[in-house]
Amino acid sequence: MSADEAVSRLRSGMTLGIGGWGSRRKPMALVRALLRSEVTDLTVVSYGGPDVGMLAAAGRIRKLVTAFVTLDSIPLEPHYRAARERGAFELTEVDEAMFMWGLHAAANRLPFLPVRAGLGSDVMRVNPGLRTVTSPYEDQETFVAMPALRLDAALVHVNRADRLGNGQYLGPDPYFDDLFCEAADAAYVSCEQVVDTAELTKAAAPQTLLLKRHTVTGVIEAPNGAHFTSCAPDYGRDEAFQKRYATTPWPEFAARFLAGDEQAYRSAVGEES
Amino acid sequence: MSEGWSGSASVSGGVSEVTRAEYCVIACAEAWRGAGEILASPMGLIPSVGARLARHTFAPDLLLTDGEALLVGPDGTVEGWLPYRQHLALVTGGRRHVMMGASQIDRFGNQNISCIGDWAKPTRQLLGVRGAPVNTLNNPTSYWVPRHSRRVFVERVDMVCGVGYDRAAGARHHRIPRVVSDLGVFDFATPDRSMRLASLHPGVSVEQVREATGFGLVVPDEVSRTREPTAGELRLIREVIDPGNTRAREVAG
Repeated sequence: MSADEAVSRLRSGMTLGIGGWGSRRKPMALVRALLRSEVTDLTVVSYGGPDVGMLAAAGRIRKLVTAFVTLDSIPLEPHYRAARERGAFELTEVDEAMFMWGLHAAANRLPFLPVRAGLGSDVMRVNPGLRTVTSPYEDQETFVAMPALRLDAALVHVNRADRLGNGQYLGPDPYFDDLFCEAADAAYVSCEQVVDTAELTKAAAPQTLLLKRHTVTGVIEAPNGAHFTSCAPDYGRDEAFQKRYATTPWPEFAARFLAGDEQAYRSAVGEES
Repeated sequence: MSEGWSGSASVSGGVSEVTRAEYCVIACAEAWRGAGEILASPMGLIPSVGARLARHTFAPDLLLTDGEALLVGPDGTVEGWLPYRQHLALVTGGRRHVMMGASQIDRFGNQNISCIGDWAKPTRQLLGVRGAPVNTLNNPTSYWVPRHSRRVFVERVDMVCGVGYDRAAGARHHRIPRVVSDLGVFDFATPDRSMRLASLHPGVSVEQVREATGFGLVVPDEVSRTREPTAGELRLIREVIDPGNTRAREVAG
């Protein structure tokens, strides 16, 4: 399906998980399609990068669940910062590991998982709904009961996929994209290239097959679809363009790069370099 | 590559003056002395040089990453795979000593990298809590502050990300071995686990540290000096680990 078709299945008010990590292998073509749509009032669950920055700048986020938002080579995401500093949306701020266990709980249909993180920190103060759980065994240690991060939909981007939804990462880190798909009622996977199933393991080992088709709802072929974040080994982060994104006032950036479709985006980016 | 540092300061012709950045490297490296076969996770340029120096010298069994998903030897040889999900398992397994940054740190070692001001509507949004809560409850966590000031060393942090000693009651794996700044080394070896001056970098006075610290620091009667690097360590820092002198970008002088 196309990115616009995938986004047409999303509704305002949904809880939406976005894969990748910081400014790494983010499903940016799908985020751009989301920005072209009217979908808003979202609860976004993300190890945040420019996906969060753009959706925040465009006013699409009602609530964000995250452990951080960063552009990696630019530590602080400027549009996310600005949105937070004007109190633009609600925030559920949890630790990186709590976030991961929340996805694991959702993927395993558990209400929570115990995690030794958060206790003693202000994560407990800013999330008054968080509860603790005590080990029933001899140690009697107390843990945070991290609630499941169940998602209405997940958006992720990988290097290759077949038409059935078997998705493959070829870089050094899978991040948590399989968990996002398993935690979601529907998952839309964009990829650099759609290939025949047999092609997937011709040159790569089977453990690169991160996403299984039963957890994937739709596949979108989106070459350069993680731009301007990194998508190793297909391409690295477009640092010059990321800098441009970070230093250009949002209305100007959106008008220049996000007013048209993905083809228009690619042309506009091409004219920059 | 840095233009500012000339290769002529080689140790073979007599040790040239040790810079403040180099004392900081030594102070950071010492965090991993005798650590054994654990992962060293340095955040920041000087802690990275320090961890690699320790790996080259007195902590040869340390594991180090390339900053992404690979475990690498001193020459860059890949020896293992450590994607984020396995990294988080390694944290909770405890076989790791991380040195994090701190936008704020208080007398009991509570650390903040999330935001400044009221969390609900911060005056300055920073990174977020990241992995500070899981780090501090699971493996030794030290801190690195390149510019020691009252803005960083505060009476009370605005958002507790890394857990300090006064809030860690019952946390069986909580430990903050040291805080290193451009002025000195600090620890919590006091009866109430409040911060203590452990050593001053050469050229720094107790008064200077007190002036730059926003809370009453415990200062022992006899204050040690951060040790001198050996000639071999200086050679490693200057010629092998950091020939581009990235360390001077974090701490001048």
